[in-house]
Amino acid sequence: MLTSHWPKLLMLIALGMSILLPVVVGLGEALRAAFGILPALGRHSFSVDAWQQLWQLPGLISSLRLTLFSGFAATIMALALAIFGSSWVYNISPKLFFLDKLKPLMQFIMVPVLAAPHAAIAIGLAFLIAPSGWLARWLSPWLTNWTLPPDWATVQDLWGLSLTLGLVIKELPFLWLVCLVALKQINVSKQMSLAQSMGYSHSLAWRKIIIPQLYPLIRLPVMVVLVYALSTVDMAQILGPNNPPTLALVALRLYTDANVQMLLPASAAAISLAMLMVMSILLWEMSVRGLMLVNKVSIRSGERASKWTLLGTILTTALPISFLLGLLSLLVLAIWSITWRWSFPEAWPTSWSFDYWLQLLTEWPLALKHSLITALMSSGLALMLTVIWLEVQDRFGGHVYRATLWLIYLPLLVPQIAFLYGLKVSFLRLGLSGGIGTVIWAHLLFVFPYVMLSLVDSWRALDQRYLSVAASLGSSSWTCLWRIKLRLLLRPLLIAWAIGMAVSISQYLPTLLIGAGRVESLTTEAVSLASGADRRLVGVYGLLQALVPLLAYSFALLLPRWFALKHMK
Amino acid sequence: MMTFLNNSWATQLSSIVLMTSLGFLSQMTHATSTPQWQQTIDQGAGDTVYWHAWGGDVRTNDFITWVGEQTEILYDVKVKQVKLSSTSEAVTQVLAEKAAGQNTNGTVDMIWINGANFLAMKEQELLHGPFVTDLPNSKYLNLGPNAPATVDFTEAVAGLEVPWRLARFVFIVDSKRVAQVPLSMAQMLTWAKANPGRLTHPVVSNFMGTTFLKQALIELTPDVSLLQQPATEQSFIAATAPLWRWYDEIKPYLWRAGKNFPENESIQQQMLSDGAIDIAMAFDPAAAAAGIASGLLPKSARVFVPSQGSLGNVSFVAIPYNASHRAAAKLVANFLLQPETQARMQNINVLGSFSVLDPTQFNETQAQVFADLPTSEALPTLTELGPTLLEPHASWGEKLKQQWSQRYSQ
Repeated sequence: MLTSHWPKLLMLIALGMSILLPVVVGLGEALRAAFGILPALGRHSFSVDAWQQLWQLPGLISSLRLTLFSGFAATIMALALAIFGSSWVYNISPKLFFLDKLKPLMQFIMVPVLAAPHAAIAIGLAFLIAPSGWLARWLSPWLTNWTLPPDWATVQDLWGLSLTLGLVIKELPFLWLVCLVALKQINVSKQMSLAQSMGYSHSLAWRKIIIPQLYPLIRLPVMVVLVYALSTVDMAQILGPNNPPTLALVALRLYTDANVQMLLPASAAAISLAMLMVMSILLWEMSVRGLMLVNKVSIRSGERASKWTLLGTILTTALPISFLLGLLSLLVLAIWSITWRWSFPEAWPTSWSFDYWLQLLTEWPLALKHSLITALMSSGLALMLTVIWLEVQDRFGGHVYRATLWLIYLPLLVPQIAFLYGLKVSFLRLGLSGGIGTVIWAHLLFVFPYVMLSLVDSWRALDQRYLSVAASLGSSSWTCLWRIKLRLLLRPLLIAWAIGMAVSISQYLPTLLIGAGRVESLTTEAVSLASGADRRLVGVYGLLQALVPLLAYSFALLLPRWFALKHMK
Repeated sequence: MMTFLNNSWATQLSSIVLMTSLGFLSQMTHATSTPQWQQTIDQGAGDTVYWHAWGGDVRTNDFITWVGEQTEILYDVKVKQVKLSSTSEAVTQVLAEKAAGQNTNGTVDMIWINGANFLAMKEQELLHGPFVTDLPNSKYLNLGPNAPATVDFTEAVAGLEVPWRLARFVFIVDSKRVAQVPLSMAQMLTWAKANPGRLTHPVVSNFMGTTFLKQALIELTPDVSLLQQPATEQSFIAATAPLWRWYDEIKPYLWRAGKNFPENESIQQQMLSDGAIDIAMAFDPAAAAAGIASGLLPKSARVFVPSQGSLGNVSFVAIPYNASHRAAAKLVANFLLQPETQARMQNINVLGSFSVLDPTQFNETQAQVFADLPTSEALPTLTELGPTLLEPHASWGEKLKQQWSQRYSQ
C-alpha cells in the first residue's frame, strides 16, 4: 500500500513548506526572544529576564482576569444566542419582536455586521452607548437635562462588559450563520416532528436532540470565536479598559514601545497569550464534555415537559437587542462618514460633508485594488488547498493529519505581532520582500485556517451514502469530487470562501510588515487613520472595508439559490 | 552657492506656487551644485522615497503628498508615504532587516522620528549618517552647541537626523466652556476640584501621557537642572516626590476618577469635541486651529500654555543605515529645509507647524514670506506661547512611565 501514501506525503510536504514552516520559524524567533536571544539587539545568551520583567508588570493579574472574563463571557453569550436564534429560524422558539417580519431575509440582514471589520463595529458601538453617544443625544437634553455628557463608564468599563457586548454583537452573526449552514446537514424538521410525536416540547426537543448533533459540527468555529475574543486588539483598544488593558494589548504595547529592548518581554507576553489560549480551549472542551454528560442524564430521565425558563426570557430579549445594536453601530458610522460636525447633545449632525468620500475617490483605487487582489488570491488558494487536503484525507485516510491540523491553527493561536517579526526575518532570509506575492502568502497563513475551519465539519458530515452509490455506479473518485461533493457542498464552500475574503481584507500587520509598507490596502490606510480617531474617516474606510466581504457573502448566499432555481426549471 | 535667490527671482518668490515652475528647477539645480551635492542629485533622480511616517493626521499626509509632487518636479524624486499607526513599526522593520542580514536595499528610506525611537535606532546603529551638513539647506539651521536642532530629548543628534517641524506641548480648551484656564499645575488642581471628571490625560504608555507627566514634573520638581542628566534611582525619587503628591491629590477628580484614560491624544481631542471633558493636550501649537479647520473641534477651541512655558521638541527625519534610496531621501530632506517649504508648513491653512529654521539666516524676501502668512484666532503667536521648556533626558520619561504604572495600575 506504499503507493497510496505518496499523495498524502506530498500533500504534507507541500503544506508544510507553504503554511507550517513559516509559522513554526516565526514562532521559533518569538520563543528565542522570550528566552533572551535576539541577535539583532546584540542579545545572544539564554535568560529568563524577559519573563521576570513580564510578571513584574503592574496590573498583570487584572489584565488576565479581564482577558479571560471578556473572552469566555462573549463566546458563551454569542453561542447561546446563535443556537437560540437558529431554533427561532426553525420556528421552535417564540416570537422575537421586530425580527419575525424579517425572518425570510434573516441571512441577508446578518451580512453587514458579519462583513464589517471588528474595529468599525467597535467604534460605532462605542459612539452609540457612550455617555456622549447617539442614544444619550437622542434623550438629551429634553429628558436627561444633560447639556454636557455625564462621567459614566458605559464604554471601557473596568470589567470589560462593553468589550464583551461588542464581541457578542460582532460574533453572533458569524456563529449564527455557521449554525444555519450546519443545520442543513441534520434533518431538523423530521427529527423534531418525531420528537413531538413522542411528547417532547419544542424547546426540550431542540435541547435534547438537535443541539447534541449541532455542536460537534460547529465546534471549530466556536474555538475560533473563543480565540479571537481572547486575543483581539482592535476591539479591546476601543471598548476595553486600558489601565491595565487586556493581555493582547499588553503585548502590543510592549512590542510598540520605543525602547526596542522591550521586544524581549513583549515576546514573553505573546507566548503567554498563546499558552493562555491553548489552556482556555482545553478548559472549554472539558466544560462542554461535562455539559454533554449532564444533558445525557437529563435525556435519559425522559422528562418531556419544559418550563419556559428565565434563560429563555433573557435570550428572547437579548437577541433582537444585540442584532439591533450591531446594525445601529454600522448605521451611525455611515452617518458619520457624511458628517462635518456633530456636537453633543444634537441628535443629528450639525453640518454635513461629502469631502471624505470625494477625497477618497482620488486615493482609494490603488488600495482597493491591492485589497481585492490579495483577498481573491489568498481566499482562492486557501479554498483550493483546503479541498485538496480534505480530499486526500478522504481517499487515503490516516490519522497523521490530526496532529498537523493543530499546526494549521497555530497562526490563530499566537498573537500576530509575535510571530510576524520572526516571519518577516525568515521571509527576508529567503530573499522575499515587499511584493504583493509575499503579502498574499502571508495572508494565506491566516486565511487558510479560517477556510479550513469553516469547511471541515460540513465536509465530514456529508452523507457518505451518496458517494457509495456513485462509486457503485462506477464513478471515478474525480467524478465523485467534482459532481457530488463540490456540488452538494457548494454553500459551505462559498461561505468558507467569503469568510476567507473577510479575513484577508481585515489583515493589518501582515500587510504592513510583510509588504514592507509597499502594498497599501484599505486596512493599512484605515488603521493608520483610525489612530487619529476621526469617526468620519473611520466611517468611510470602515464601510469600504465592509463592502468587499459584503459582496462576497451575498454572492455566497445567492449563488446556491440561483443554482437551485436553475435546477427546478 | 545657493545664490538662486537673487533679486529678480526673489520678487516672485512670495508665491509658493512658483516652486512648481520648471524655470525654478533649472535655477535651483544649477545654483546648488557643489560636485558632491550634484552627485546626490544625479544618484537620486528617478527614485521613489518610501517615507515611513505616522499616518493619523490627514493634513500631515496631504503635506507629505505635496512634498512628493514638488520633489518630483525638482529632482525627479517621488515620495510615497508609508502610513504607520506607530513609529516603532518602522523601527521594527529596519531591525528585522538587520536580523536577516539585509544590510543594503532596505525598504525604509526615511522615517519621521524623534525621542525614544531615535535613541533606540541610534543605540542599535540603525541610522545612516552623519549627513545633515551635506544638505545645502542646512545653512538655514542653527546648529550651534545645544541649539534645539542638535539635541533630541537631550540626546545629541550627531548629524543623524534632519529637523523638519517644531512641536510644542499645549493644552486645548473650548473657550465657551472654560473661561478661566489653569495656568499652573497648582491651578490645575484647584480647577479639577471645582470641575470633577472634566480633566484627563492620555494613558501613560502613550507618549502624550508621559509628556503631560513630564510637563507637571518640570513645574513641580525642586531642581530642574537635574532632569537634564540621566535619572538615577536617588535623583528620581527626590525629583519626583512632589509630582506624586500632586498626582495623588488630583487623581480622584480626573475623568472616570483616574481609573481609565483616553488611548491617545486624538481620542482625548474627540472627547473634548464630544463635550465629555474640558481640556485636551497636543504637541502642536496649531492643534486647535487645525482641529477647527478640519471640523474636529468647535470654532471656540483655543490653545493655552502654562505661564512658566511648555515642553518643546523637534520632529526629525532620519535615514536608516540600509536605505535603498539614500540619495533621493537626502534630496527630500533638503527640500523640507527650504524656507519656502517651511513657510508653507507654517501656513495655518496647510499644516500650521512652526518652522525649524533660524530666521536670522533669511534674506528679506524669505522673511516677508513668513510675515505674510495668514493668521487665525485659534493660532497663538510665538510670544503667546512663552518660553520653551527643555525635554528631560529620555531616561526620565521611561522611569515616569514605570513608576506611574506601579502606583496607579491595579
